[in-house]
Amino acid sequence: MDLPRLENILTRYEGEPYDLIPVLQDIQDSYSYLPKDELTVVSERLNVPLTQIYSVATFFKMFSLIPKGKHQIKVCLGTTCHLKGSGRVVESMSHRLGVEVGYTTKDMQFSLETVGCLGSCAQAPVVMVDDKYFGRSTVDKVPKILKLYK
Amino acid sequence: MPRFESIDHLREYRRQLVAKRDPNQPQVLVCAGPGCLPMGSEEVAAAFREEFEKNGLGAKVLLKECGCHGLCAGAVRVLIRPQEITYQHVTPEDVPEIVEQTLKEGQVVERLVYEDLHTQEKAAHKGDIPFFKGQMPIVLRKLDIIDPTSLDDYLALGGYRALRKALLEMKPDDIIDAIDKSGLRGRGGGGFPTGRKWRVCQEAMDEPKFIICNGDEGDPGAFMDRAVMEGDPHAVLEGMIIGGFAIGASKGYIYVRHEYPLAVSRLQLAIDQAREVGFLGKNILRSGFDFDIKISRGAGAFVCGEETALIHSMEGHIGEPSPRPPYPAQAGLFGKPTVINNVETWANVPEIINLGADWYAGIGTEKSKGTKVFSLVGAVNQTGLVEVPMGTTLRQIVYELGGGIHQDREFKAVQTGGPSGGCIPAQFLDLPVDYDSLQSVGSIMGSGGMIVMDTTSCMVDVARYFINFLYEESCGKCTPCREGLKNLLFILDEIIHGRGTEEHLALMDELCGTMATASICGLGKSAVNPILSTMKYFRDEYLAHIRDKKCHALVCRPLLKYTIDPETCTGCLACVRECPVGAISGKKKMPQELDQELCVKCGLCYEACQFEAVKIE
Repeated sequence: MDLPRLENILTRYEGEPYDLIPVLQDIQDSYSYLPKDELTVVSERLNVPLTQIYSVATFFKMFSLIPKGKHQIKVCLGTTCHLKGSGRVVESMSHRLGVEVGYTTKDMQFSLETVGCLGSCAQAPVVMVDDKYFGRSTVDKVPKILKLYK
Repeated sequence: MPRFESIDHLREYRRQLVAKRDPNQPQVLVCAGPGCLPMGSEEVAAAFREEFEKNGLGAKVLLKECGCHGLCAGAVRVLIRPQEITYQHVTPEDVPEIVEQTLKEGQVVERLVYEDLHTQEKAAHKGDIPFFKGQMPIVLRKLDIIDPTSLDDYLALGGYRALRKALLEMKPDDIIDAIDKSGLRGRGGGGFPTGRKWRVCQEAMDEPKFIICNGDEGDPGAFMDRAVMEGDPHAVLEGMIIGGFAIGASKGYIYVRHEYPLAVSRLQLAIDQAREVGFLGKNILRSGFDFDIKISRGAGAFVCGEETALIHSMEGHIGEPSPRPPYPAQAGLFGKPTVINNVETWANVPEIINLGADWYAGIGTEKSKGTKVFSLVGAVNQTGLVEVPMGTTLRQIVYELGGGIHQDREFKAVQTGGPSGGCIPAQFLDLPVDYDSLQSVGSIMGSGGMIVMDTTSCMVDVARYFINFLYEESCGKCTPCREGLKNLLFILDEIIHGRGTEEHLALMDELCGTMATASICGLGKSAVNPILSTMKYFRDEYLAHIRDKKCHALVCRPLLKYTIDPETCTGCLACVRECPVGAISGKKKMPQELDQELCVKCGLCYEACQFEAVKIE
């Protein structure tokens, strides 16, 4: 376990139970998942039972208990995107990457996720890779988007 | 920047700031709002920067990346001041021409200006574009002209003047009276009178008190709050500080969903700036009032938009709601009195304090005052953010601002209120939009998503979409919501697969009744709206799925059949490459064949075909 890395995160907070979610978010951002050993330390430091930590970690979509890939692909499934065929975009992504939604490719390059709404509804369907938005991402644009990250 | 120790200091700084600015200095304002960012605003801004460098204009022309310019259909939008020329669909390749023609010669680049789809009339100035004509921007007023990362920009337009007035000229009671009298109601969708909420919290005997800004804009199809948080973050802060002073709180939180990373960083920057100059912190403007704001990032749960669930997640628990009363204004965060309002509500507060309650109450309808921002998206020609006085009709919004339906197709419905709202059919197009009239037709105002649908949308599919969304997002705490959604989804799937019966419709009605009565929170209670409204207004579509096993909008996959027309197929193999199950075969440059046994009806071949050779029945 990389204790200094975890310490660096824990020192940003007061160490109270209500710091749980921000601490987990920082761990998720830094490690790309929530490693088991780290969670045990968090439980002791914040005085929150490990069961509650797992309850929180599995409730919110942002958290993952397994490592995520180098690039996070989020396909928006908001209402407008849905009407404009985002379901097919997900299928095309999944087919091209050879990975189901919610999983990571074997080479750990891409994690494929769907999201309720990215808030760029005027440019539906929308895909987000890491922090970059791609508007009007219909099925025919999928190979072009993936190519930028391969 | 200096720390403002007194009003005189702030006033003098503002005076100098305005005096220093040349109103005739050429400005290029590139939209970097939610609509333009995915279409390449950063690249356009970079192209301007490069072009200025090349032409030695770097010091002369001011370049800003602004918040939402409103008309997202024209992304990427650029505004040139002081001539107020707006360009649309700007790409980096257009930039040299704009610099040469407009900035150097003062000419308009005709091919980049707005052109009316029906009359072909061109309009270079914002005021001449129909989309903007019926609008009344209050919350969106500054979005297209200020740099959201610049406190000076906000100050130069009168920013934090309302804070000064509230802290030094008004008593907390006067502020609450003003908000009460203005008629402002919660813009998150519930429409609870803001002044009354503040009063309850102010009068609560417990200490400390808290302020929360709900920026967990989870409704799919809504991006008003994102645009405001990213484009005018100081307005949100100013509203919250005034609210904190009014109710006697010294701590505020902004809860932003993590799917909005730019909103998080813009708000954090604004908070840091406000602290630096003393709008946040101890003894603000020497008034004796202390207040500070922290950002709390959401972790990805739709239900956290519900206020009690949001509060639980801020306390470190899962986002499960709890029954009200007690309301958060009585017992909220850590059990203490808490005022929780939505982003747009907070952004209205400074304007009400500045211009007065009477001014605000003069806008809108009898029971819904002021303006409302809507994200007008879907099947309209002019998609984007609009801010209109309450009481504007749906027809005005869809046809005058939105420019009518895409490709002149027939209007079918407008969906408001996200998963808690309903689908409003054409017969109610002349309905004035306000809290009460939307509710009277089985929908709700909601946070402001307005999704227009035409004949290519299937209303059974729309209902299924929302129920599936809510099924995945339901926290599972109460049975009516958890089990109700599961069963509604099951029934809708049966209908979509052609296995539905008319008894199913009666059963859904019954389930909806139970859910609306017995669910703990708004998610379950209002989850029935998408079903009830579509069953009421579009019953014939349900019946077509049930009796005829047909989806006339050609959306519900199991009822469709894909074929390849040998006459038009060129044998380019684009469909073969897309097909996930290898159902399409044939020689290159020869017509392809689709094996109906293998076909999973995903429609990827239909989208991939450039020659319209794939047909749907």
